[in-house]
Amino acid sequence: MGSVTLIPRPPKPEDVHTIDARAVNSKAARALYKKREQIYPKLVSGTFRNVKWAAMVVLLAIYYVTPWLRWDRGDFRPDQAVLIDFEGRRFYFFFIELWPQEVYYITGLLILAAFGIFLSSALFGRVWCGYACPQTVWTDLYIYVERWIEGDRNERMRLAKAPWSLSKWRKKVAKHSVWLLIAAATGGAWVFYFADAPTLTREIFTGQASAAVYMFIGLLTFTTYALAGTMREQVCTYMCPWPRIQAAMTDQDALSVTYRLDRGEPRGPHKKGASWEGRGDCIDCNACVAACPQGIDIRDGDQLECINCALCIDACDDIMRKVGRPTGLIAYDTHLNVERRQRKEATRFAFVRPRTVLYATLMVLVGAIMLYQLANRSTLDLNVIRDRSPPFVRLADGSMRNDFALKLINMAPRTRRVAIAVSGLSGAHIIVQGGVLDADGRVIAEARPDSVANVRVHVVVPAGAEPGSHPIRFVLDDLDSNDSAESASAFLAGSPP
Amino acid sequence: MANKVERDEVTGTDTTGHEWDGVKELDTPLPRWWLYIFYTSIVVAIVYWVLMPAWPLLNGYTRGVLGFSDRVNVAADVGEMRAARAPMFERLAHASASDLATDPELQEFARAAGESVFGDNCQTCHGAGGAGAPGYPVLADDVWIWGGSMDEIEQTLRVGVRSGHPDARFSQMPAFGRDNLLQPRQIADVTEHVIALSSARARLHPDAGAAARGALVYQEQCAVCHGPTGAGDRNVGAPSLQDDLWLYGGTREEIRRQIELGRGGVMPSWEGRFDEGTRRALAYYVHQMGGGEPDRPAEPVVPPPAVNPPTPVAANAAPQD
Repeated sequence: MGSVTLIPRPPKPEDVHTIDARAVNSKAARALYKKREQIYPKLVSGTFRNVKWAAMVVLLAIYYVTPWLRWDRGDFRPDQAVLIDFEGRRFYFFFIELWPQEVYYITGLLILAAFGIFLSSALFGRVWCGYACPQTVWTDLYIYVERWIEGDRNERMRLAKAPWSLSKWRKKVAKHSVWLLIAAATGGAWVFYFADAPTLTREIFTGQASAAVYMFIGLLTFTTYALAGTMREQVCTYMCPWPRIQAAMTDQDALSVTYRLDRGEPRGPHKKGASWEGRGDCIDCNACVAACPQGIDIRDGDQLECINCALCIDACDDIMRKVGRPTGLIAYDTHLNVERRQRKEATRFAFVRPRTVLYATLMVLVGAIMLYQLANRSTLDLNVIRDRSPPFVRLADGSMRNDFALKLINMAPRTRRVAIAVSGLSGAHIIVQGGVLDADGRVIAEARPDSVANVRVHVVVPAGAEPGSHPIRFVLDDLDSNDSAESASAFLAGSPP
Repeated sequence: MANKVERDEVTGTDTTGHEWDGVKELDTPLPRWWLYIFYTSIVVAIVYWVLMPAWPLLNGYTRGVLGFSDRVNVAADVGEMRAARAPMFERLAHASASDLATDPELQEFARAAGESVFGDNCQTCHGAGGAGAPGYPVLADDVWIWGGSMDEIEQTLRVGVRSGHPDARFSQMPAFGRDNLLQPRQIADVTEHVIALSSARARLHPDAGAAARGALVYQEQCAVCHGPTGAGDRNVGAPSLQDDLWLYGGTREEIRRQIELGRGGVMPSWEGRFDEGTRRALAYYVHQMGGGEPDRPAEPVVPPPAVNPPTPVAANAAPQD
């Protein structure tokens, strides 16, 4: 089954670094209708591997720990720091509380995220793909588990070829069990973002949680297990749109993981002690290929499959140190620099380019607008819903009445006393059933903390109103603060019977 | 048909042996995962037939071992909802006027229940929101034929109008034209007088001479119910003629036709249909549409200005929206 056949190593000491690895997803190996070939990435160590371990730990910690953080919001609201409360229709993020009608903040976040990934692409290539994408993080974790149970590349390949024995069964069952546990924990943590985590934990384990909770845990368990355990690089290559978009987002100045062919070629095996004159530094040891989780050969140049995880850099640096050549044969570099070196010119990095300046400016702009909005966010709002039937009511004394349902939206954590006035139409005054008007004819109403109060009001205009639609405004004033809100509506007057 | 199975070199798959102009068809097997799901679905279907209602029979259908029935489930759900609402309806049925005036929870319940019952039963004639229609009184305005206090609305709901109920609200305006009680000339004169009595005089400009002649006929024929000044009498269900609101239309022609025909509508009695709590909710909903009158006529609908200090409306606060 395996794409790679193990041939016994020749006992020549100078070939000690050569690995018989084939880039199964390279362009040369690509064929239509080809079955997927399993990839067995070899463990490497070095700077970028360490960065990736750190990124994995930090990102997984953020994902699993966030729902358990508490944030005191007083009596009326939940104390979970990050909570998407569908039932209560609120979004809580530490000191921020958003209502459904403020969903445009999410739009702003998405725009920021889009420009963020554009900017990072223009500067450093696919850093998102290489370090932060959940697909990468969880795949890395799954490979770690696989390596822990089944061993590194060669042992895994040997195990795959071995006949089914008790030991093979044991290893496979252990691996898939751990994978499923991680997958279940992933799905399990997801649901905590939508309900109080400690309560939900108890409910999940006592069987009291809703069917939706178990369904989502099951769904995410399945997707995590399938995407990170069995599909891996295929997700990046076939399912994700980003590799295609990346082609448009990158340019010759963007950093990407690059094989410096100006230094490496002509490549070939190198015997220990032999001269480096007239040849490149690449000793064709295939360490970079064996380390690649995407199954490609970085020396073929930029490829759609490459997620810029930089593990080949670590693999190559290790070899270079062993053979006594400078590291960085594979490194973060630009195409332009490779060409410059071929022409014996000095290398240059241009991080400040029109494209990066534009993205950064847009990010700052959108971020500033959002911050301004957030800082000046009103916690009092008024929605006016005009009764559609009857459109107007004629009264015995010839005056005309329209009915309105007012929604006083009080987003503050305190009770508000408000006065509601109507303006824009002469003679119009408010009547409220069982309610109280102040000296100015305004309705005095009360809105409980963090809730919407409904008040039905009638607006009456004396006899003689011009038939037709008259624009009016409802004005809401908080009696205890300077907060106010207003909302436009219309007064309809009918023609005589 | 070739007896020998031919194998395609490129794919390693057998061909079906069919050939069209040199194009051969591969006999690619179905994907295993698909096949297994197919077999599983067959098994599931058979199990389903046994457990659940499945096959139509000549007079009925197979019930299934589990005895599942959507009808029974719906009936159970409806029963559950009824049981859950029962305590509130009970409270509403026994609530006094002041209870209802001061209890926001009860008000919200009565309004919601009333709106729902109104939509299913009353809206057909009285229109959404009590908008009314020619011949069907507007309920949202402040003009009432049989009275607009909670008690009076509840009574009208209970007994109906010309409904056949022993205590039904009943009034009968004579058909002065159709039954030849008045001459067409006299009817035209009375029409002018009725317009002159009402605030419609400002737009219809009644003929002074005809109105004066009509006044004599009016005092003779109409004043006994509608009152000498057209103020109406709720005790006999005679509408006021002083305003400019007309049950059967407010043009000169429509007013004349009503004098000719003396039409009166029928409203069913809801006593047998709704329990007391539901009727209370309905009455509350109609009362709060905007024209409801207080039980004690001393209280004006609009409270006098300069109430100081103002006390807040008990707004019906929903926990969220």
